[in-house]
Amino acid sequence: MISYLVRRLGQAVLLLLIVSMVGFAILYLAPGGPLSQFAAGTDMSQEDLDRIAEQLGLNRPLPVQYAEWLLRMLTGDWGRSYRDGEPVLYVIGSHLGATLQLMLTATLLAIMIGCWIGILGAIRRYSIFDTLATVGAMVALSIPTFWFGLVAIYVFSVELEWLPSGNRETVGDGSLLDLLRHLILPASVLALVETAIWSRFMRSSMLDVVNQDYIRTARAKGLPEWQVLAGHAMRNAALPMITVVGLQLPTLLGGALVTETVFTWPGMGRLFLDSISYRDYPVVMGILMFSATMVLVGSLLADMLYAVADPRIRLG
Amino acid sequence: MTAAPVLQVEDLSVRFRTRGGEIAAVSGVSFAVRPGETLAVVGESGSGKSVTSLALMRLLPPGAAVTVTGRVGLRGKDGRMLDVLTLPEPEMRGVRGDAIAMVFQEPMTSLNPVKPVGEQIAEAIRLHRGLDRRAATEEVVRLLDLVGIPAPRQRLASYPHHLSGGMRQRVMIAMALSCEPAVLIADEPTTALDVTIQAQILDLLRRLQERTGMAVVFITHNLGVVAEIADRVMVMYGGRVVEQADVRPLFARPLMPYTVGLLRSVPRLDLAGRRAGPLPAIPGNVPDPLHMPEGCGFHPRCGDHVAGLCDARLPELESAGEARLVRCVRWRELTP
Repeated sequence: MISYLVRRLGQAVLLLLIVSMVGFAILYLAPGGPLSQFAAGTDMSQEDLDRIAEQLGLNRPLPVQYAEWLLRMLTGDWGRSYRDGEPVLYVIGSHLGATLQLMLTATLLAIMIGCWIGILGAIRRYSIFDTLATVGAMVALSIPTFWFGLVAIYVFSVELEWLPSGNRETVGDGSLLDLLRHLILPASVLALVETAIWSRFMRSSMLDVVNQDYIRTARAKGLPEWQVLAGHAMRNAALPMITVVGLQLPTLLGGALVTETVFTWPGMGRLFLDSISYRDYPVVMGILMFSATMVLVGSLLADMLYAVADPRIRLG
Repeated sequence: MTAAPVLQVEDLSVRFRTRGGEIAAVSGVSFAVRPGETLAVVGESGSGKSVTSLALMRLLPPGAAVTVTGRVGLRGKDGRMLDVLTLPEPEMRGVRGDAIAMVFQEPMTSLNPVKPVGEQIAEAIRLHRGLDRRAATEEVVRLLDLVGIPAPRQRLASYPHHLSGGMRQRVMIAMALSCEPAVLIADEPTTALDVTIQAQILDLLRRLQERTGMAVVFITHNLGVVAEIADRVMVMYGGRVVEQADVRPLFARPLMPYTVGLLRSVPRLDLAGRRAGPLPAIPGNVPDPLHMPEGCGFHPRCGDHVAGLCDARLPELESAGEARLVRCVRWRELTP
């Protein structure tokens, strides 16, 4: 177990290093640069720009810049945002809460609803319910999220005026009710797509399990059908879902780009988008490294959890 | 054996509706099994033996695609004869695993891989015998010991993948016997096992049967196993019974050409020197259930078939002496 962990962590460090290199190189290759923000203003002379480049270290060769960034990273200094001079960790931290709130709500909703739809669909395969659920999932997956978001805003905010169209809270209010009212639309839109995904995963996993021999054995014992399903089928069908949860963890913290943008939700997804358009290298790199770490942690956690839940799996 | 049968099957038929048309998987099967008796159901793959056994347990997939007709009488724990096919599902659940239990072919996949075996056996005990957790656990230990699993108490928490195939099949048998069923259906319980383990499992089943007096319906395609364990034999072909007899007369003087073929295709050491050449096999394959041949289902593969006679109409299952049935129009001329 310990040697397994050490091996996995070694792999993770190597992967993070590769991710950082690729990320750094791609950012450098992208047209424009942090200076184009300042150059857009008319009262900046070339000397001013050179001086800023000098200050930020942007005039040095790329490998030197990378090495310096990496060394600082290793000492825990993630750098400062080009935009407002705030430390990168602080910037990420201040957006994480909003994202967590939105993503946790949506994901929990999606797992609860999606898994039930999947289980029922598998038990009553090809029934009207199953057909509707299948068609519904396909529709939810094939129509872009921003369209659902816009329709939701149009119907519930503009026409019915039931719910706010964006932001996390009303400035100056911030009560629990206010937070909830702001949460409902973006969380539902996000949950819609995720529910579709979860229902498909769960349905196929459950279908796989209900045709297994041990389910027939459970029936042959005379167990009532609900006990066959709850006691024997569902636990086995839920096992592969652990992997899915592990893969979802990074998106949980990384935010949903589109949904956060449509609903002007102050989360990680929007931060990432804004930082890219400002060419705010330190923040972009920070988010990149943060999400990459989360992907690795997520899959490691999933594998360990799997070993706990499935007695056949031994880590080693 | 004069006791009243514990299992009485009359005119059992199972039909599946498929995309290609309706399949008669089992047609007009009748038999009876008495306490302490072992009936071997023999046939090639696709002869309807497994479907018959699942129909007895009412474990065929429910729904419009399957039609089961006929009558299955089962002596319940209270001595009453139950009509299995018409019993409401909740009552049937009380019978399944209690009055009639089943051991399946594949010990590797028939146990739930993520539950300890002790728990899987205890489940049936708690369900049918109403024991509490502790008493059920004690009962499981007794059963594991009974089926010859060493250190039974330590095995309670084992998962199926910790056990060998033979041990798993013992667990399956312990599970099936946990409520002392009147009828045990064993669907090729030794097919997936090594030969030495096969012998042990057969021996175990025989000892347990002597002890409990249960009736056993033993489904197999292995005639060596039949000779070992059966009192009576029912040979099936294409979903129909083609011959039924006590085990000794059947082996000594098979009447139906199909049975003759089956017996001939068993390798025999004592004949190895005298009869050189390849082992005789029945030519051809099991008929496609969607296109059963006219007349006797076996005639296309039968060396003794007569055109215009065997392919004209389905022969009756007729009496051929005491406790003997055969389905062949020519059995009288073919067997001296």
